[in-house]
Amino acid sequence: MRRSIPPGADRSRNRPLNLRRSTLLIIAGTALMLLAILIIGLLIDEQSLVTQPQLRNQAPSPSHWFGTDWLGRDMFARTMKGLLLSIRVGLFGAVASTLLALTFGLLAATGGKRVDRFISWLIDLFLSVPHLVTLIMIAYISGGGLRGIVIGIALTHWPSLARVLRAEAMQIRQAEYVRISERFGKSRFWIARHHVLPHLLPQLMVGFLLLFPHAILHEAAITFLGLGLSPHQPAIGIILNESMRYLSTGMWWLAIFPGISLIIVVRLFGMLGERLGMLLDPRRAHE
Amino acid sequence: MRLEGIGLGHRYGRGDWLFQGVNLSLATGEIVGLAGPSGSGKTTLGRILAGHERPLLGRVTLDGQPCPSKGYHPVQMVLQHPELAVNPRWRIRRVLEESWQPEPAVLEALGIEEQWLERKPVELSGGELQRICIARALGPGTRFLIADEMTTMLDAITQAQVWHAVLEVARARGLGLLVISHDRPLLGRLCQRVIDWEEQIQREYHSP
Repeated sequence: MRRSIPPGADRSRNRPLNLRRSTLLIIAGTALMLLAILIIGLLIDEQSLVTQPQLRNQAPSPSHWFGTDWLGRDMFARTMKGLLLSIRVGLFGAVASTLLALTFGLLAATGGKRVDRFISWLIDLFLSVPHLVTLIMIAYISGGGLRGIVIGIALTHWPSLARVLRAEAMQIRQAEYVRISERFGKSRFWIARHHVLPHLLPQLMVGFLLLFPHAILHEAAITFLGLGLSPHQPAIGIILNESMRYLSTGMWWLAIFPGISLIIVVRLFGMLGERLGMLLDPRRAHE
Repeated sequence: MRLEGIGLGHRYGRGDWLFQGVNLSLATGEIVGLAGPSGSGKTTLGRILAGHERPLLGRVTLDGQPCPSKGYHPVQMVLQHPELAVNPRWRIRRVLEESWQPEPAVLEALGIEEQWLERKPVELSGGELQRICIARALGPGTRFLIADEMTTMLDAITQAQVWHAVLEVARARGLGLLVISHDRPLLGRLCQRVIDWEEQIQREYHSP
């Protein structure tokens, strides 16, 4: 973007402000849309999920925006309920993963060499195995079902964020003002709490938001594979899995709309996280 | 109290030795200068004496005892770059009061104004920030102060004002002062004796 501005153009006055404004606008827009999805999902009652055999296999229409499936269930309601479930699972998984990442990152950076080596090893261990494999293993071990998925997602998404936080915390630990603080007799814990943690907060928030799409996609993937929830529960993965069988009969709306909705939600979270990162990172705040 | 460096030596990584076998002694109430060109390891020596860094060779003692590794360190250091020495996210008041509550008289002598205290570090100039760092390092537990090119970034008038204030505090409390600088005339005015750093390194190298 920058390169397209001819030299000498006044970019100091107009550009950063406008881009900053547009960034804020995008943040507000994405947050609003996600909130809308959440509210719609909460407002739809279980009544609209019941089977209505007389309404089977209907193409999208004004009364059924996303069409109906082979049991006459309204696909819009199912999709929204599925997204709500995804966001819930994503929220819990992201919160737990962020907390784990923060704990491990801080411990690695302040706990001494041996602790650091152990945590780095743990991070490498988790990163060296594909997410989905560990996720399925942990979900299976912890009893399957919704609980299994949530525990699995919480326990598999922390390593990359933990690595970032560890590196940031290490950098602060080397800073002169931390050395000086140590010579003032401040404890490791005090320094971690007052010097290191405030520096990590922006990273933490962005990391948290960027964990969302991962968690949601993995939740969809694992329910698609049929490992998590029972088939009548509305989850995007289950909907997509079921619709596979009906695609060849020409019922395209069963897969298209839930799939696109899932992609939209994931992108919304991704955009929210990236833009917030741009806003919070002082080096990129003026891009 | 006496601060002593015995047989100190240091280098970074596998690089050349900056210095080896350096001996240095400083008593409370004494004002000693350390003169030498840039890049000759003066700052590293200061960092070692103040406990910011551990020497690879030799040891630092206070009255013959090793320096405490926990609690308030009796040897405090003021760095050349105050921007690096303060947490950029803190307000000045918090920076200033991290170690102790400096007395108003000290603040006034150093020319620190009340209105600075609510600002962020980026909103102060290097010189203003440096005075905050000096006030911060003069806590009641401080017995020795190592001033590493402390006033290099200041103009002559402010330099004089800051040194006047620091010398006053040092005299009143009987602090030992090690002034590290490449500015020999300044050292000549401030110090009771001046150590020639290059000469010291040379001598230690050639004596077996």
